[in-house]
Amino acid sequence: MGRDSRDRIKMKAEKKKLVEVRNLKKYFPGTEVSIFQTGNDVKAVDGVSFDVYEQETLGLVGETGCGKTTVGRTMLHLYQPTAGNIIFDGVDLNDLGERELRFARSKMQMIFQDPYASLNPRMTVGSIVGSPLDVHTDQSRKEKRERVQELLDIVGLNPDFVNRYPHEFSGGQRQRIGIARALALNPDFVVCDEPISSLDVSIQAQVVNLLEDLQKKLGLTYLFIAHDLSMVRHISDRMAVMYLGKIVELADRDEIFLNSLHPYTQALMSAVPVPDPDLAETKHRIILDGDIPNPSNPPLGCNFNTRCPLATDVCFIEEPEYREVNDKHWVACHLVK
Amino acid sequence: MTPLLEIKNLKTRFYTQDGVVRAVNDVSYTMDSGEILGVVGESGCGKSVHALSMMQLIPYPPGKITNGEVWLDGQDLLTLNEEEMQKVRGRDIAMIFQDPMTSLNPVFTIGFQITEALLLHNDMTKREAKDRAGELLELVGIPGAKDSLDDFPHQFSGGMRQRAMIAMGLSCEPKLLIADEPTTALDVTIQAQIIDLVKKLQEELGMAIMWITHDLGVVAELAHTINVMYAGSIIETGQIHNIYKETKHPYTIGLLGSLPRLDDAPGTELVSIPGLPPDLLALPEGCPFAARCEYRIEKCLIEKPPLVGINGKDHSVACWRWEEIAGIGSK
Repeated sequence: MGRDSRDRIKMKAEKKKLVEVRNLKKYFPGTEVSIFQTGNDVKAVDGVSFDVYEQETLGLVGETGCGKTTVGRTMLHLYQPTAGNIIFDGVDLNDLGERELRFARSKMQMIFQDPYASLNPRMTVGSIVGSPLDVHTDQSRKEKRERVQELLDIVGLNPDFVNRYPHEFSGGQRQRIGIARALALNPDFVVCDEPISSLDVSIQAQVVNLLEDLQKKLGLTYLFIAHDLSMVRHISDRMAVMYLGKIVELADRDEIFLNSLHPYTQALMSAVPVPDPDLAETKHRIILDGDIPNPSNPPLGCNFNTRCPLATDVCFIEEPEYREVNDKHWVACHLVK
Repeated sequence: MTPLLEIKNLKTRFYTQDGVVRAVNDVSYTMDSGEILGVVGESGCGKSVHALSMMQLIPYPPGKITNGEVWLDGQDLLTLNEEEMQKVRGRDIAMIFQDPMTSLNPVFTIGFQITEALLLHNDMTKREAKDRAGELLELVGIPGAKDSLDDFPHQFSGGMRQRAMIAMGLSCEPKLLIADEPTTALDVTIQAQIIDLVKKLQEELGMAIMWITHDLGVVAELAHTINVMYAGSIIETGQIHNIYKETKHPYTIGLLGSLPRLDDAPGTELVSIPGLPPDLLALPEGCPFAARCEYRIEKCLIEKPPLVGINGKDHSVACWRWEEIAGIGSK
C-alpha cells in the first residue's frame, strides 16, 4: 500500500484517526510434529491495515477462524504482534514500556463474547466492575462505590445489585456487567468481541440498543467484531470483511452491502438468511463449496482461490494487492478493476 | 388425509430441588407427511424438550411427561415401552443434534457410526450396510465419500460432521426427521450449504422435517409452517406467509422487530422486547408473555389465552387481543 493513498484518505477524512493499524501480523507457533520439527506457524492475522476514526463503529466480520478476534486482541496488545504497528491516538504501542502500556490500556477496553466465562463467579458485581478502578486509580472506597453504582445505572442495572454475584443474573444482564466494567475508566476505544452472539434474539436487541446509546452519550469508538452480518450492518458505520487472516474488503456500510466487489463478500452477504419468506424465495444465493483452508497452510496466491467461483489463473499464482479502488472502498482481488 | 404426526396436550415437567419446572405446557399440533415445520423460540421455551419428549428421551428423574399423546402413523408413542421405542427411534423418527462436535463419538469411525443404525433396524450384512453408508455420505455431498468411511470425526470439519450427522439421520429413511438447531454451530456460508442440502434431500426423499431453531431467518428460507413457542406453549402457529406477513401475536411481532435486516433503512432502531422470559419454576397464571407485553389488559394476567384458529388451519394465535393488535405487526 502506498504512502500517498494513505495520505489522500487522511485529507478526505474529516474525522480524526483514533487507531491506525499498519501491516499487523500475528502468528501462533505450530504444534510439535516431532521433537525435531514443529508444524507451520498458524497465521491467524497475516498483514492487515486499517484505520478506526474517532466516534465511529467499525464492524469486523468473517467466519470462525478468520482471525477477527485475534485482530481485536492484538490491537490492545493483549497479544504481542508478530509484526506491524498499532498507533493509538498518535502513539505507537510498540514503543511503550510495560508501565506506559498499562496506562494506555485504560483508554482502550474490551467487551468479551461469553458473559458466563468472562465474569469471575467468586467476585461480586461491585468488585468486578470496580477492579479497573483498583488498578488504575487511587480513589477511596466510597468514591469507587459511587462510581460503580453510577456505571450500573448507565448500563441499565439496578445500582443496589453491587453485592450480588454473577450467577444471580441472566445472560443479557451479565453482558451489561461486562459493559459496565469496560466503561469504568472512561475509555475512548472499546473492542466489542461478539458481545451478543451468546444471547437470545430479543435480548440481543436490548444490548445493541444500549451500546448505541452509550456511544452517543459518551462519544465512544467501537470495533465491533461479529459473525452476524445483519447485526453488524445495523450498528456499523464502516465494515471490514476478513478471510483467512486478511482483510478482503473494507468500505462504508452501505457501500459494502449494495456494491460489494469481492466474491467472498458477495457470497457472505447472500448466505445471510432473511426473515422474510418472499425475499428468501427470490433471492439469488451464492453457495460456496468446501471449507476454509487451514490457516497454518494457506493456499498460494489469493487465499480465497480454493472456494472462489470466479478464480482465474492469476489468482493461483499471485497474491492480490489490498488497494483502494473507489473512494474509501478497499478490496483485495485480482478481478476488480 | 390423516396427519403423519399428531401431538395432543403434551406436558413435560422436571421435578427439581427448587420446584417443578413446567417445560412443556399443553402443546398440541399436527404435521403432514412431507411438511417442513419450523419450531421457533428462545432458549428455555421448550422447543427442544418437546421434541425430546416425543422421542421419550427425557431423563427420568427429574423429567417426566405428565400428560399427552403423540400419534405417529396410528401409534401413540407415549404408550410404547423402551424396547418398542428403540425400534421407532432412528427408523421412524430420526434426530440431528445441534453440536456435531459432541454428538459424534470420537473413538469410532464415521462409517461405523452410520452402519450402526442400519444394522440395528434392517436385515443387512455388514458389507451391504457399509455400501449403503458410502451412498449416504455421497448423498450429503462429502467428497470422496467411500474413502471417508474410515475417517474419525476429528478428521472432518464442522460442516462435514453435520453432513455426516444428516447422513446418519437419513440412513433408515425415517418418516420424520427432527433437526435440533442443526446449523447454529456453523458459519453462515456453511449454514447456506446445509440448508440447500436439506431442501434438496427433502424434495428427493419426501420425509417430513421438524427444524428447531431460534433463527427466524433460517426458517423463512426453509419451512412451510411454523410454531412459535414461548415459555413452553405454542403462542402462534400457521403457514409461513401468515406468520411473517400477518403476524398477530405481540411476542412474534417483537421477535421479528428485534432482528436487524439487511434491507433495513439505515438508522432504524431495533425494537427490543423489554424484560426477560418468565421463570418456568413459577409460571404466571395468565398469558406467559403478559409481563413483557405492551398490549396487556387485566384479563391477560388472570386467564391464559387458548390457541384459536383465525384463518382455519393456516393460522392460529394465543392472544386475547389479537384482533385489536392485527395490522400493527405487518411491516
